Amino acid sequence: MNMKAHLVVERPAFRLDVRISAAAGEVVALLGPNGAGKTTALRGLAGLTALNGGRVELDGAEVHHLPPERRGIGVVFQDYLLFPHLSALDNVAFGPRCKGLGKAAARRAAAELLDRVGLAGHAHVRPGRLSGGQAQRVALARALAVRPRLLLLDEPLAALDAHTRLEIRAELRRHLADFDGATILVTHDALDAMVLAHRLVVIENGAVVQTGTPGEIARHPRTDYVARLVGLNLYRGEADGEHVVVGEVRFSSAERLTGPAFVAFPPSAVALYRSRPDGSPRNLWQVVIDGIERHGDHVRVHLRGPIPLLADVTPAAAADLDLTPGQDVWAAVKATETHAYPA
Amino acid sequence: MPWPLLVPALAGLAFLVLPLAGLLVRAPWATLPGRLAEPRVLEALRLSLVTATIATAVCLLLGVPLAWLLARTTLPGRRVLRALVTVPLVLPPVVGGVALLLVLGRRGLIGQWLYDAFGVSLPFTTTGVVVAEAFVAMPFLVIAVEGALRAADQRYEEAAATLGASRWTVFRRVTLPMVAPGVLAGAVLCWARALGEFGATITFAGNFPGRTQTMPLAVYLALETDPDAAIVLSLVLLAVSVIVLAGLRDRWVGAA
Repeated sequence: MNMKAHLVVERPAFRLDVRISAAAGEVVALLGPNGAGKTTALRGLAGLTALNGGRVELDGAEVHHLPPERRGIGVVFQDYLLFPHLSALDNVAFGPRCKGLGKAAARRAAAELLDRVGLAGHAHVRPGRLSGGQAQRVALARALAVRPRLLLLDEPLAALDAHTRLEIRAELRRHLADFDGATILVTHDALDAMVLAHRLVVIENGAVVQTGTPGEIARHPRTDYVARLVGLNLYRGEADGEHVVVGEVRFSSAERLTGPAFVAFPPSAVALYRSRPDGSPRNLWQVVIDGIERHGDHVRVHLRGPIPLLADVTPAAAADLDLTPGQDVWAAVKATETHAYPA
Repeated sequence: MPWPLLVPALAGLAFLVLPLAGLLVRAPWATLPGRLAEPRVLEALRLSLVTATIATAVCLLLGVPLAWLLARTTLPGRRVLRALVTVPLVLPPVVGGVALLLVLGRRGLIGQWLYDAFGVSLPFTTTGVVVAEAFVAMPFLVIAVEGALRAADQRYEEAAATLGASRWTVFRRVTLPMVAPGVLAGAVLCWARALGEFGATITFAGNFPGRTQTMPLAVYLALETDPDAAIVLSLVLLAVSVIVLAGLRDRWVGAA
């Protein structure tokens, strides 16, 4: 199975124009902020939203002129959309029935799938009485029941609470690994995308802004949105060998390159000082504290100065430094943790 | 509670309830069992129930697809279509009866052809009663079902389509079950309207005991000759309405 798509959807104040591909067994995540066009792209693939241009190919055959019921594309919707009047079993058996299977055979196939997602005991329960995690698993089983060539998942974990999410995410990863078709996953959650997908396609304002493996994206973000998602400080500047110049700031970095470049480093690579430190580290500026917030088990400090900056310090260090908003401090970034890459 | 609301509210309540109470007070309770068993009453009741039920079935058969057409497709002129569908709702039933005569009467536009081709003549027959009742009652069903279809979440239909369901299968296995409460409510309204139908029926089907004389017609006729009989017949109609309403109360009122 091989999917290649060029999706163009035009709306009064919005234009989606993205190219997506996925190979058999591959999980591709469409990652992007709300309103970026991820769900529209998914609906375009499934045939639920008409394309204004482009094409959708499955194994080299065009399917974009086919109605959704003839595309062989399975969809797990964000709020699952399990038919409320049918039991879990009949929800899963719905697809096989539509494909012409007899009632008994369809139910047997459905029972097998429910068993696979660990819900054999809930076959006769109506969706209204399933928990969020259970409903998600029934929805997955229902989509897989028609043996789709391409599986689409729209924010499959967004409707779940934090604890269930952890569990279902691991489980979903296992089921996706078992699925031999291609999978496209839409999410605005970086962690979901990183854990579940082999490859990420980042969409902003209806266009693809970055693609790559989770590792590449996490290390080398190319937009502010991606940098925020993966928790890095990101700047765009001009490299001249040893340095990258961003505005009035010169970064020393571990890499050598020339031309337009990005510089990225984690907030934990930033050290803060009350007074100018001795030995003058190379990446050092005077900045002003904008705000302070609790962030996991450390303290995140928002700084402004020649460039905006996020710094993570330990609670102990924050107490020692007696950090308060409006205060002047010195910020130093370790060159070894500063990565530069071509823009 | 502000009295400008309370006083009219109570007056309105009294206005709706008192006439029905009057019916109960003036009913000839002593002779009631005997009168109820009169063949004339039973015949009218049977005719009313049968024709109203068949008319409702006809309305369901034609009205649900019509409602679907209005709610789910983007036909050009759909608004005009909807307006046309609702005309019988506001049309005086007598006018409806006259219109039916002009079209389906033996010399009517379609009636003439029906008679020549099949020897079928609808006016002044029991079938004519069903036609008149269905004509007047169908808009109630169409509007109720269309409303239910519009309120239903269409994404379930999309989900069904991605599972390989054709549009007909989607309608049969997803849409219809999901709007079932709305269809039921519409059918009840439709049935009640058909049961009470008077103007179109008497105009189009006449007033022949045993053939076209439904309960409302019998009530009207009896009022001239035997007022007590009219009260008894009215009571029966009232009882039937209340029983149907009570039987469907949970599903209907609850869903509405």
